[in-house]
Amino acid sequence: MSPKKSENPDFLRSAVADRANRLSPSGIRKFFDLLASMEDVISLGVGEPDYATPWHISEAAVRSLEKGYTMYTSNSGTPELREETARYLHDRHAVDYDPYGELLITVGVSEAMDLVMRAVINPGDEVIMPEPYYVAYPSCVLLAGGKPVLVPTRQEDGFEIAAADIEKRITPRTKAIFIGYPSNPTGAVMPKDKLAAVAAVAEKHNLLVISDEIYERLVYGGAVHTCFSSLPGMKERTVLLGGFSKAYAMTGWRVGYAAGPREIIAAMTKIHQYTIMSAPTMAQVAAVEALRNGEDDVAEMVADYNRRRLFIVEGLCEIGFPCHDPKGAFYAFPNITAAGLDSETFSEMLLREEKVAVVPGSAFGKTGEGYVRCCYATSLAEIEEALNRMKRFFQRHRRK
Amino acid sequence: MLKDILKILENDARVTSRQISTMTGKPVAEVNRTIKQAEKDRVILKYKTVVNWDKLEEEYVWALIEVKVKPEPEKGFDTVAGRIAQYEQVRDLYLASGTYDLLLVVTGKTERKIADFVSQNLAHLEGVQATETHFVLKRYKADGEILDNGEGVKRQRVVL
Repeated sequence: MSPKKSENPDFLRSAVADRANRLSPSGIRKFFDLLASMEDVISLGVGEPDYATPWHISEAAVRSLEKGYTMYTSNSGTPELREETARYLHDRHAVDYDPYGELLITVGVSEAMDLVMRAVINPGDEVIMPEPYYVAYPSCVLLAGGKPVLVPTRQEDGFEIAAADIEKRITPRTKAIFIGYPSNPTGAVMPKDKLAAVAAVAEKHNLLVISDEIYERLVYGGAVHTCFSSLPGMKERTVLLGGFSKAYAMTGWRVGYAAGPREIIAAMTKIHQYTIMSAPTMAQVAAVEALRNGEDDVAEMVADYNRRRLFIVEGLCEIGFPCHDPKGAFYAFPNITAAGLDSETFSEMLLREEKVAVVPGSAFGKTGEGYVRCCYATSLAEIEEALNRMKRFFQRHRRK
Repeated sequence: MLKDILKILENDARVTSRQISTMTGKPVAEVNRTIKQAEKDRVILKYKTVVNWDKLEEEYVWALIEVKVKPEPEKGFDTVAGRIAQYEQVRDLYLASGTYDLLLVVTGKTERKIADFVSQNLAHLEGVQATETHFVLKRYKADGEILDNGEGVKRQRVVL
């Protein structure tokens, strides 16, 4: 189906606001279009669990629909879910949030991220964040009128952000540090001491910290995730973003939360109230069930992801795509420079020639160039076949 | 270590020792040794495939048979259960609480074959007091696998 030509293109082009025009269109649109047109592709390009939501969680939502729980909830989210979330954060991270004032239930972390930026950013405020970044981070800052300031992170440092690199970029306009560990796309997990160093910088320069911890449960090989707001003195300057999508395989439910200082949560709630009203009611019911009875599911899925993680990382390294040990999320981030192709060309040719989809690292910022993101939340058989094909591809194209 | 290996094999018996080695971080030799020992100890009994025969429109009949048994002094139900287990038609055999004692899962080529098994073999065994046969009309789930999962869920190919 060819797109219909507009009758008044100039008018409609000018109808789009500068704010939307300023957002960089995804640089890899061409690659996505190609992918959509192909059959029988093995995709390592997804960013979500390959499990369906555990049935007891879905069933809780089904039951709630049967009972007629189909109305709006409180703007802040149901009291049950706020209380369970507060209990969870206390039990798991020993950090205490008041479910009445310091917690807001959102439409996934995506909404929470947008809200926090709009709640704290004044035009021209700078937000420092690591690169490679999750694609939405800089855009959220831009939409709020702020300026993303990127801190390159490197493979040799395990893609962990260094406090000194943050400090170098602080200006009088710096408002916040925005981190997201475990990281999409690199799989990096920040060790506690390095986080503490970031905390010290935040304190010294009186900055807010926004910490996206959506992947907190997916850590492996003895790595430990430290909740940023659990660090001494950090709760008062941190907005913690979390959710249910990754740990409980609930991406399509669209439910997450923000936890933070009362003043900021109140500001976020105001925006949320005018733009969203409340997160989906049935999804909130499901999230309560996940928090109450989902621990065994998480443990089982994490054990299974870890097996596949070890398998893909070894496979990629053996082919000749060196890979740092990704201790979290479900991504491997191999270095593909030995193939002599930039990441977008690499991904496009791999797709055309071997029907394997990976995401070019350049999608995640300039420092992502030379890498591709491979998601291992897919069956072992598919990972194995994808690795075979990547090996064949590499042997054909490697730099002589 | 053994449990990790069993978890992997229980889900997919075709995974190789080398792959298991990668996934568990243990040397291949140790993986092989552990599997051999588990086979010897009959922790691992057999490697099988879950087949949905209905897809081939094979005439394959399943029945659940409840059996009331008069227990023997001291031995209880074990002797008669041991005999019943010998029949190759019997896929599964359980001692269960409730109104009957043994529950059998039986397969046969035709209903007639199963009827013959009940009347000619099972009913004559010493200690068997009564049987009740339920022919299976449809199998929905076998060995933890849902047999007809409809279209299956389609994931997006790329999600950033």
